[in-house]
Amino acid sequence: MIRVIVLIKQVPDPKVRARLKEDGTVDRERVRAVMNPYDRNALEEALRLKEVIGAKVIAISMGPLKAESVLREALAMGADEAILLSDPMLAGSDTLATSYALSKVIKMLGNYDLILCGMETTDGNTGQVGPEVAEHLGIPHVTYVEDFELRNGYLLVKRLIEGGYQWLKVRLPALLTITNTANEPRCSTFEGVIRALKKNVRRLSLEETGIEKGRVGLIGSPTRIKEVRRVNLRRRRYIIRKPSAKEAVEELLRELSSKGIKLVMNGG
Amino acid sequence: MVNKSGGVLVYAECKRRKLNRITLELLSAGRYLAGKLNSEVSAVLIGYKVRELAKELICYGADRAYVVDHQSFRYYVPLTYAKVIADLIISSEPEIVLFPADSIGRDLAPRVAAKLNTGLTADCIELDIGDYEDPISGRHYEKLLYQVRPAFSGDIIATIVVPERRPQMATVRPGSFDPLPRDLGREGEIVAIPVNLGGEGGVMEVIKVVEEESSTDLRDAKIIVSGGRGVGGPYGFKLLRELAKELGAKLGASRAAVEAGWISYSHQVGLTGQIVKPKIYIACGISGAIQHIVGIREAGVIIAINRDPDAPIFDYADYGIVGDLFEVIPALISKIKEVKCNK
Ligand SMILES: Cc1cc2nc3c(=O)[nH]c(=O)nc-3n(C[C@H](O)[C@H](O)[C@H](O)COP(=O)(O)OP(=O)(O)OC[C@H]3O[C@@H](n4cnc5c(N)ncnc54)[C@H](O)[C@@H]3O)c2cc1C
Ligand SMILES: Cc1cc2nc3c(=O)[nH]c(=O)nc-3n(C[C@H](O)[C@H](O)[C@H](O)COP(=O)(O)OP(=O)(O)OC[C@H]3O[C@@H](n4cnc5c(N)ncnc54)[C@H](O)[C@@H]3O)c2cc1C
Repeated sequence: MIRVIVLIKQVPDPKVRARLKEDGTVDRERVRAVMNPYDRNALEEALRLKEVIGAKVIAISMGPLKAESVLREALAMGADEAILLSDPMLAGSDTLATSYALSKVIKMLGNYDLILCGMETTDGNTGQVGPEVAEHLGIPHVTYVEDFELRNGYLLVKRLIEGGYQWLKVRLPALLTITNTANEPRCSTFEGVIRALKKNVRRLSLEETGIEKGRVGLIGSPTRIKEVRRVNLRRRRYIIRKPSAKEAVEELLRELSSKGIKLVMNGG
Repeated sequence: MVNKSGGVLVYAECKRRKLNRITLELLSAGRYLAGKLNSEVSAVLIGYKVRELAKELICYGADRAYVVDHQSFRYYVPLTYAKVIADLIISSEPEIVLFPADSIGRDLAPRVAAKLNTGLTADCIELDIGDYEDPISGRHYEKLLYQVRPAFSGDIIATIVVPERRPQMATVRPGSFDPLPRDLGREGEIVAIPVNLGGEGGVMEVIKVVEEESSTDLRDAKIIVSGGRGVGGPYGFKLLRELAKELGAKLGASRAAVEAGWISYSHQVGLTGQIVKPKIYIACGISGAIQHIVGIREAGVIIAINRDPDAPIFDYADYGIVGDLFEVIPALISKIKEVKCNK
């Protein structure tokens, strides 16, 4: 049976706008923590493999103890095992440190055929952890994967690129990052939740995995956040709801011209 | 062979015998940074039959162009490309390495960063040089690369530095810098790097590419009328085209509309399409996925037409009309015609 590892990160609820604390760091405490939405797509791909060819699915997360909840959810969705790497020393890890730590956990587990990640997270947004984990493990990776097929010892992978797609042949073991357009992730069922209650989330510490302290956390991270500021990508939101399209359009043009915005430019 | 250390290294890309626009933008960024560091700009171009583009790199701002030209590099694959770049970085010791934040750069740069055990900042929109005081060690650093990037889906902008390790590496979003004018008189050095494939070949290969050429340039459009999946089909785009004609606008599209085959890729706006800066952007039947929004961040006024009042696009729009576009757009067209007549 092939072994599929899914990497899952807990993130602040992306539906809630990020806030900053007094000291200028991101306020994570007051926001509900959820599974990174793209990691659901990765997990979904793993669960489909399980259904079709009988894979064993292992979910791994690195984060604070409360990240156990996203692993419980992964178990409820159908993952077979869940592992949480948690240690205060890991706080402040950037993508290099995070990927190093995750790769040590994966090495400790030994055998695996496929590692699936989300294409990025909704908080850090870097999309770097997947390829960096693959480099630490010395295995190939493919990012932005929308579809793949398992063949005899290799994968046939559909990768999204500018203006289209490419198909690649990749030797196993390999790491793929899955796009949000790859599938429609399932919800956990009631039975699934009950089943998950009987399972354990295995907790690992730094010692057990042989992670070097100097290579994780703030000390082990080459990047430093010098400052953060909040910005407004979100705009003014003047929303028009009218019974008829004609009225709506008239209100729009009135509003635009009251602000001196010319829609009809060649009209002068 | 390669011995100049310090300076800025740019990862260059080309398509169909032409340098990509993002490469010209990175060369321009490189010149700006090198000016502040009093150092040089190099570029590295990997591919097959790309040698003749080396001179172009110099015309657009490179002092030195490294070229790796070999059949096995016809298509990008991370393992072999990462090895070439990492070897070049080790031998030439740049202070700064810039990659495009596209489907290649975001794939390659993390692989290289992990190989070299250094930091990498994603999706930078601004770059500068400045000093840094580490709050923990109290140490003072001079002339670091300030890497400014959005995170939390654009709600937050962070400035990131890499004080201790080298090189300082970043991926840079297309549209963040303006290319320099092409200067045929610029002089520079062209260095061919011999190919050493090592043991990385054969692990992965590209077997097929389905890719459409981009020819419509939306970057200088004053108004863009853009359609998404909600446009429903080619007939919907006919309606949009009519509106565009009335407004003297160009036609844009979401990736969903392009993938449906209703309009060609050259009209796609967003992360894997074009980054646009029109005065007015009219989004019709587009839900507002973040990969689309990053392409219109710098639009002057965004107007959204969507029948779903909860569509995320309304959060990013200055004006929104909740309604069916097949009613709203015809109404808009006739109103505009009316306005024009009265002038
Ligand atoms: C505002 C801000 C900006 C930042 N910018 C940078 C930066 O430019 N460069 C940098 O190196 N770090 C940066 N960081 C730190 C970065 O967010 C953390 O390193 C984080 O642990 C992983 O990065 P990510 O969230 O971008 O993950 P991504 O690389 O986007 O994650 C991709 C996939 O990797 C897997 N994964 C990621 N993290 C975990 C985890 N903890 N456990 C299990 N699986 C995981 C998931 O499958 C996920 O979908 C930034 C942090 C903040 C707050
Ligand atoms: C790596 C990657 C890169 C990507 N790059 C891009 C990119 O460059 N550009 C891009 O656009 N996307 C990109 N995407 C895809 C992106 O995530 C979304 O899937 C895409 O933008 C959705 O397109 P849409 O808004 O047209 O479709 P949908 O999300 O399906 O939205 C359709 C909208 O139309 C509305 N609608 C339907 N009928 C009507 C009607 N009659 N009248 C009015 N409104 C109606 C609906 O309410 C809905 O809001 C990328 C994704 C990935 C994974």
